[in-house]
Parts: sequence; C-alpha cells; structure tokens
Amino acid sequence: MIGAKILLESLKKEGVKIIFGYPGGQVLPIFDQLYDFDIKFILTRHEQGAAHAADGYARSTGKVGVCLATSGPGATNLVTGIATAYMDSIPMVAITGQVGTHLIGNDAFQEADVTGITRPITKHNFLVKDVKDLARTIAEAFYIASSGRPGPVLIDIPVDVQRADTEFIWPEKINIRSYQPTYSGHPGQIKKAAKLISAAKKPVIYAGGGVITSGAHLELKALAEKIQVPVTTTFMGLGGFCGTHKLFLGMLGMHGTAYANHAVMESDLIIAVGARFDDRVTGRLDNFAPGAKVIHIDIDPSSISKNIRVDVPIVGDAKNILKQLITEIKKLPDTAAWLKTVEGWRKKHPLTYKDDSAMLKPQYILQQLWDLTKGDAIICTEVGQSQMWACQWYQYLTPRTFISSGGLGTMGFGFPAAMGAKLGFPEKEVFNIAGDGSIQMNIQELGTCVANKINVKVLIFNNGFLGMVRQWQELFYKKRYSFTPITSPDYVMLAQSYGAVGIRVTEKTQVRAALQKAIQTDNTVFIDFRIEPEENVYPMVPAGKAINEMIEGLA
Amino acid sequence: MRHTISVLVENKFGVLARVAGLFSARGYNIASLAVSETLDPQISYMTIVVEAKDAKVLEQINKQLNKLIDVITVTDFTKKEHLDRELVLVKINYAPKDKPKLEAIFEKFVGKIVQHKADTATVEAVGDEQQIKALLEELNKFGVKELVRTGKLAIE
Ligand SMILES: Cc1cc2nc3c(=O)[nH]c(=O)nc-3n(C[C@H](O)[C@H](O)[C@H](O)COP(=O)(O)OP(=O)(O)OC[C@H]3O[C@@H](n4cnc5c(N)ncnc54)[C@H](O)[C@@H]3O)c2cc1C
Ligand SMILES: Cc1ncc(C[n+]2csc(CCOP(=O)(O)OP(=O)(O)O)c2C)c(N)n1
Ligand SMILES: [Mg+2]
Repeated sequence: MIGAKILLESLKKEGVKIIFGYPGGQVLPIFDQLYDFDIKFILTRHEQGAAHAADGYARSTGKVGVCLATSGPGATNLVTGIATAYMDSIPMVAITGQVGTHLIGNDAFQEADVTGITRPITKHNFLVKDVKDLARTIAEAFYIASSGRPGPVLIDIPVDVQRADTEFIWPEKINIRSYQPTYSGHPGQIKKAAKLISAAKKPVIYAGGGVITSGAHLELKALAEKIQVPVTTTFMGLGGFCGTHKLFLGMLGMHGTAYANHAVMESDLIIAVGARFDDRVTGRLDNFAPGAKVIHIDIDPSSISKNIRVDVPIVGDAKNILKQLITEIKKLPDTAAWLKTVEGWRKKHPLTYKDDSAMLKPQYILQQLWDLTKGDAIICTEVGQSQMWACQWYQYLTPRTFISSGGLGTMGFGFPAAMGAKLGFPEKEVFNIAGDGSIQMNIQELGTCVANKINVKVLIFNNGFLGMVRQWQELFYKKRYSFTPITSPDYVMLAQSYGAVGIRVTEKTQVRAALQKAIQTDNTVFIDFRIEPEENVYPMVPAGKAINEMIEGLA
Repeated sequence: MRHTISVLVENKFGVLARVAGLFSARGYNIASLAVSETLDPQISYMTIVVEAKDAKVLEQINKQLNKLIDVITVTDFTKKEHLDRELVLVKINYAPKDKPKLEAIFEKFVGKIVQHKADTATVEAVGDEQQIKALLEELNKFGVKELVRTGKLAIE
C-alpha cells in the first residue's frame, strides 16, 4: 500500500471522520487517495481556516481535529492555527506535505523547515522519512495529541514517502517509554488537600480548561455542592461549571466579575483545578490572594508552582482526583458566613452596563441571545471586546459550549472554529460572536460555509474600531486612537454575494427578530449589528494591578 | 547560580534542537552542553550546565525538559553526589626558558603539554571545575592565546 493510502487508512483507524485542508503539489498523492476515500474532506479557503476549523471541531467534540496542507506556504499558513491550539492545549493533528526526501535542505521549490518552525508551538512533531514508519508515527501522533495535557502534533510527510509502497501494519498499542502521563493523584496529597479543605473558612474553587479536557464537570459540581464553596472559572473553564448555578461567580481575572475577583483575593484557600494561573487571571503576582493557601490539581507538573507558590500540588487527571477528594473529605468546612460575604459582593458589584443611549449595546444583544437559546447553543468568538462581553453576558451551562482562543488570543479564530463546531454538532445552533476587525481576518471562509452548507450564524459587533485596543488607548493613551478605527465592507451585500444571508441591525428593537430570523434560516447568516462605537468592557483590571483593583465603569 | 543537569534522550532526529529550543524559548541560559551516544545507541546523554537565578527557575527547567516527548529522564546534580570533568585545550606563549616553570606547574596542577610549535605550546587538561580554574590561573601568567573547552560531563 502506498504511503498516501496508509495515511488515510491510519486516520480511519483513529476514528477520524473529517479533515480540513487545502491541496498543493506536495500532497497530490494524498489528495488522489482522498478523492474516493470515505473520510469527509472540507476544502477551506485558506489553510489558517483549516487549522482553526480542526481546532473548533476538537474543542466542541473532544476528539482530535485534523488538518492537512501542502509544503511551504500551505504549511506556514497553518502556523497561527497550530500555535492557537497549542496555547489552549487542544488535541489536533496537522499533516503537511514536504518536498521529496532527496531535496530536503536544498531550498527546493516550496520547501520550508516546518518541523523546525513548529517545534516551539507543537506538543511534538515528526518528519517521516521512511514509509515503513508512517503508520506507527500516525498512531503515536494521535496518542500524544490526545493524552496527558493535550496539544497539537504535526506530521511532515515528504512526497516520495507518500508514493512509496509498503505493507500497512497498524500498531494496536502505543507505548512511548519517554512519555508516560500521570493520571491518578497521589493519595497522600489528596489527604492533605482534604484536611486543608475541612479547615478552611473562606475557600474558593478556581477551575480552568483542564476540567473540560478531563470531563470533570460533574465531579466539580459534586465537590462544590458537598463543601458549599463558591466557584469561579477561568475563561477556558467557562462551561465547566453551570453558569446559572447559585455557587457560580462567573469568570475571574482581567475582565472577570468583581465578586469573583474579591472572593479570590479574600479567600484563605484556593482549590485550583486544571487552571494555570495565567497572568490575565492573577494580575499583579506578588499581590495575588495574599492570605490564601493553594491546592493545585493539574495533569502537567510544569503548570504547578510556575507562577504562584502552591501548598498542596496534586499531579494527575482532574476527574480522577476530584472523585477521590470528594470521598476523602470527612469534615465539611463551615462556609455559611463566607458565602454571605460573597453574596454581598455579588449584590454590591453586579455586572452592569448603561442602557440609556439610543445606540445598540453589545451586552443587550448577548442578553437577547441568551434569552432565545438558554444556553442550548455553541458560542464561538473572535478576539477583543466582543469576546469579553461574550464571557460576561452569556451563561454557559455545559462544557464545550464556549469556544474561543484564550492563550494566543487569535483574531480570525472564531469563524473557522465555528465551522468546525457546526460540523461536529450539525443539529446544534452555532454562533460566532465577532468584532468587525476580527471577522475580516478569515472572512474568506464564507465560501467554505456556503459551499458545504455549514450553517453558522455570525453576529458581528460592528463598532468601527479595533475596540479592545481602542479601549486601552482611551484609558491609557489619552484617547489617541492610533490606527484603531477600521472600515468594513457592506456585510449584508458581502454575505449575499457568497450566497449567504445578510441582515443589518441598527436599533435595539430589531435585535430579537434578527436573531430569531438567523436561527430559523437554513443558511449561513451574517448579522451586522451597528453597536455603540465607544462602549468599554468593564470591570477591567489595568495592567500591573492586583485583581481587586478594578475599574468598574459604573456601579 | 550554575547547576549541572543530565538528560537522557531518545537519539532521534531533531532532539538537540528541541532541548536547545526549549532553553532559548523560555529564556534559560545554557553555560555548556555536551551530547553523545550512550552504551545503548538509541539513547543519547546530555550534560547541561544551566544558569538559574533561583530554585523556582531550576524546577521549571527540570519540568519543562521532562515535558519534551523525547526526554527519558532528567537528573539534577545540584544536591546529588556526582563526578564531573571537563577537557580544555589551551594555547599559551612559550619560550624554552619557561620549561622548568611549566614543569613545576604540572606537578601541582592537572594538565600536560601535548604540542609545541615555535612560540606556542598547547596544554591539555582534564579535571573538575576547581582544577581547571586553578590551572587556567597559572597558565594566564604565560599569556593565553586561545582556549577551547568541551563543557562539563557529569555522572552519578
Ligand atoms: C483579550 C483577552 C482577555 C482575557 N481575559 C481573561 C480574563 O479576564 N480571565 C481569564 O480567566 N482569562 C482571560 N483570558 C484568557 C487567558 O489568556 C488564558 O487563556 C486563560 O486564563 C487560561 O485558562 P486556564 O488557566 O483554565 O488554562 P488552560 O489554558 O485551559 O490550561 C488548562 C490547564 O489544565 C491542565 N489540564 C489539562 N488537562 C487536564 C486534566 N485532564 N486534568 C487536570 N488538569 C488538566 C493543563 O495542564 C493546564 O495547566 C483572556 C484572553 C484574551 C484573548
Ligand atoms: C491576529 C491578531 N492581531 C492583533 C491582535 C491584537 N488585538 C487584540 S483585540 C484587537 C481588536 C479586535 O477588534 P475587533 O475584532 O473589531 O473586536 P472589538 O474589540 O472591537 O470587539 C486587536 C487588534 C490579536 N489579538 N490578534
Ligand atoms: Mg470592533
């Protein structure tokens, strides 16, 4: 069997249902096989779109996303998508064609050192020089991508390897001696954690993306309810704890809720579950939760004690550890007074916005979207203010319903990711909350949506600005709006020209009907919401401040 | 502070680049790096001397190295009994009249003359950090023209 066929047969063995990609000279043998192979292939309009779509598919389904590109420019176009997946620990396998093995290193046509370029942005990568190694390499790639702390893995396959012939031998079991992730937590550490919890007066649970990766949401809920402790999640953790639960404080950090930030800062115990104390979360490090002891559950030892000192580290899988921890806690902490204090903060510093002007407010749109969907939808986002409003003004009830680029903050991510999510969940309504700047970064994927009938609903929060940057210029650079005003095409006409549906909304009264129409429309829809141009995201923790030193806008 | 770490890695394409890349990407400083095959040709042994400003940085270096898929084990020699050696080659100014002085040095310090041509002698020495340092101080008195060193090798 030739290498190209071995590749596809191997993907099938891995259960791959869909590949996103783009052809070119050095992947011709693979495309020739794809022509009548029973794996769905989605031709995107840009390789970056393919990478983000594979990522969105992975985030929504929990399965490994797969993208495919040719050598050189095809491969380099994947780079932003791979880095995006890497920063958020998303399982993905990227396959690239490479020039023939005899040409490698010769500055051959469309040659790029892709394994070199992607080394720091992949969990691991491979250059396959011998067709005999191909099947095993693919099995290893999927294993590495999806186990331990997940991440993207790239496989670079020279075109002569794709053509070479060998027997197809699928390795049923993969064991990599140098890679043995830890799944079960150390019982002694779990005991210590249980003791700290029993003794705590002001504990808080801080949960992150690891809860979603691990599928530990039910255990998280059980723990929180058992010990009656308020829960905040990171951006990546949204959906890992039910957004309408009375113990839920919303997201913490730079644009988190004031009550979540106060609770963390005043706590005497932080129970961190699958979260990595990112700088968006901690603010000024030396002033972060000064009175708190920290229990940190994480599958990756390098996440622990990286940014803050940890009292009880527990390395392993969140679901396993939480299960054990729940049974290990014999004496419940008395949190009644603490919960009262926290509720006080919630009442005193609610999320608010001024809904007085005639202008359309972005928060209002999200409230309407919530009202219409009640959480039964997948919300993808681009990056910027619109993304932050999507964190604040929509409630995520279940894991994998909020899909957004957190670690890299990649504008242009949301739209192709939404395509991936929609293909993962064809019956679900998938929205992309987009800024007018971001949507223009991968707008070409409108072609992919229409051609493949991937009906994604794009809500453009059109403020005429690169709003998030403009907000910083307003607050910290004397309102000198240096190159942040940005023009847009006529999105209604643009959508129509692609064969999609465009709607323009300029007034509050039109919002609900437009959303309803989008939901009912069996096509991709762009809604151009003309929102208040200079609306800001609040609360906001300025750079270098502690997270309880928020600018709250209006109270 | 300097720390000596040994790393057993799969002897695979690109593994040196992965280790070196990790250090540069995360802003860690490598003072020296020595790599070679082991008894098992599928495994390479690296001795890395790193500059780490505190225990936290050292801990991260350890963890990040361990995280590389091709890394089998990482040993931090900071608090472990170990042997270490370095080989240096030093070209110094040499005149025949210096011979007795040099011989006296090599009685007390590690090293020997392995070559001399015209006004240059080449000294070879193997020793631990202190020994090499002491030797170099002595040789400096003659005027060092060139110095190459392998970087440290360490073993438990
Ligand atoms: C404009 C902008 C503003 C932002 N503002 C904020 C903000 O205000 N607040 C905020 O929270 N974020 C914010 N972010 C996102 C932020 O940059 C980080 O992406 C986010 O905080 C990281 O979330 P996390 O700690 O849950 O880590 P993730 O990146 O989700 O990492 C997951 C952690 O869980 C671990 N893990 C993985 N699998 C398992 C398992 N099975 N068991 C146990 N552990 C596991 C991993 O090792 C890792 O340590 C913002 C991003 C942008 C672009
Ligand atoms: C690819 C990329 N380039 C630049 C940035 C920096 N950046 C962050 S938010 C932002 C503005 C986004 O504008 P828009 O999409 O209109 O969203 P808004 O903030 O207006 O809601 C920019 C430029 C980024 N995150 N990603
Ligand atoms: Mg904008």
